[in-house]
Amino acid sequence: MPNRTQVPELLADPLAEANQPSSLLARFGPDKALQLDSGAVLEHWQIAYQTYGELNAARSNAVLVCHALTGDQYVASRNPVTGKGGWWTAMIGPGKPIDTDRFFVICANVLGGCMGTTGPASTDPATGKPWGLSFPMVTIRDMVRAQAHLIDSLGIDSLFCVAGGSMGGMQVLQWAASYPTRVFSALPLATAAKHSAQNIAFHEVGRQAVMADPDWRQGRYLDEGTRPAKGLSVARMGAHITYLSEPALHRKFGRKLQERSAPTFTFDADFQVESYLRYQGISFVERFDANSYLYVTRAMDYFDLAADHDGVLAKAFAGTRTRFCVASFTSDWLFPTTDSRAIVHALNAAGASVSFVELESDKGHDAFLLEEPNLFATTRGFIGAAARARGI
Amino acid sequence: MTLPDTQTNRIDLRLVAEMVTPGSRVLDVGCGDGELLSLLAETRGVDGRGIELSREGVAGCVARGLSVIQGDADTDLADYPDDSFDYVILSQTIQATRNPRLVLEHMLRIGRRAIVSFPNFGHWRMRTQVFFLGRMPVTDSLPYAWWDTPNIHFCTIRDFVALCDTVGAEKERAVALDVAGGKVGVSAPWWFWNLFGAQAVFLLKRG
Repeated sequence: MPNRTQVPELLADPLAEANQPSSLLARFGPDKALQLDSGAVLEHWQIAYQTYGELNAARSNAVLVCHALTGDQYVASRNPVTGKGGWWTAMIGPGKPIDTDRFFVICANVLGGCMGTTGPASTDPATGKPWGLSFPMVTIRDMVRAQAHLIDSLGIDSLFCVAGGSMGGMQVLQWAASYPTRVFSALPLATAAKHSAQNIAFHEVGRQAVMADPDWRQGRYLDEGTRPAKGLSVARMGAHITYLSEPALHRKFGRKLQERSAPTFTFDADFQVESYLRYQGISFVERFDANSYLYVTRAMDYFDLAADHDGVLAKAFAGTRTRFCVASFTSDWLFPTTDSRAIVHALNAAGASVSFVELESDKGHDAFLLEEPNLFATTRGFIGAAARARGI
Repeated sequence: MTLPDTQTNRIDLRLVAEMVTPGSRVLDVGCGDGELLSLLAETRGVDGRGIELSREGVAGCVARGLSVIQGDADTDLADYPDDSFDYVILSQTIQATRNPRLVLEHMLRIGRRAIVSFPNFGHWRMRTQVFFLGRMPVTDSLPYAWWDTPNIHFCTIRDFVALCDTVGAEKERAVALDVAGGKVGVSAPWWFWNLFGAQAVFLLKRG
């Protein structure tokens, strides 16, 4: 399969990736129109994706990795916008827990994203202009529907595993509920079957920060040549705090001052933690579309898997043959262990094969992305046993 | 790929395994590092699940490919539907539960059969330690001092038989093992087992 990822230098315009991605690209027309939960239909749409490893002759070794809110398809290779390596190289690669020497790993940019899959920064074919706020609202289920079209187009009937953390984990659960016969094993990490009120609240603060920026221009900033950089940066700063934990922040920064020996008695970034957050905000703006942030956070807010099944989560998994492995982290207060336990209880009630472990970590929600030997050991054990059961 | 080596020296585990029909669905409550579940998978081809309280135990089980969830027998059995397993096993764990009666009732509800193995506090060596030393017994198999033991609800074989009667459990099979792991006189009366059985294994079903 061709791999067009060679981008010699950082792109001047990061949003160029939204329409002309340097990824592999699957384009769909009216014969594969995407019916969305909102009622809208996307007649012309595309998915940008990356693959790693080789699909076997039996087409039985495909692993779909679902990315989180601000992730992308560059799960194990260089991101052309940031120039940085893949976001889950600790987990995925040759000899890694999800071993690309054994498995064919696919990762696609989500619907509503800004890295080449159709989203608000893409061009609306009807107007020739960026979609902006005229882009229809998307849901986690819509993202998964779009991925199912991609998997079809790759000639894969059943996925060996669907894996992901946070919003990626929501997609994993949705895959298992929507396409139970197409998912042999599922690895939802640090996630929930519904977005909590607290998490919706945090997202709303982020969205309001974007929309309060005068350069947002009611969502038409791409047409008008501006960028709501301040607003999006503040949104990211707030969100970033929720991905960490007080112990992790304390260990990393404490109350240490930034390149100075005393407070300046100004609103300058005296503290290292302020400087760190400002950097996180600024660097995020350089790679992410503000409207995309609004749409994808909204998709998470709307996620409530039980609501589609008479309010009973176990019904979402009734009769499932999928093998599940659920994991949470002790210091994750954004997607706490109680959320994972609710998933496990429902899977037990459905008689599903499920493993669950709460892993000890002080790194907060971000732990699933970091060097966590216990997570890797758990994943290796789960994937290895599933591969034996599948005869891979 | 081969399954991890699970050849076990523990006679009680082998005895439990012998009570399980091959190919059945099994829930092991308090499965520890997964030794029994691995043995059952290897020798009886069961579809096995486990619940384990300790994080290390669960991580070890999942790493060896077992379906195990981190949970507490006292609180989490309530979430399982009726008749969802052929066997629910409580191996050397009942004495560590807060509410043994409730746990046993849930086991009989969730499984068509329940298997319970436990150390017998009525064994003569326990009795002599209490009688002659006037101290809580400490043995090789129960090495904890009274103040740090996780075993908060010890019972004797006769106590357990009485609990079975209370919850209406029918005893399909019962075996007592001596200190060396040999079976104590199969047709001996309860008082004899209660004195010479170091541990006991019961196969139960709803009465």
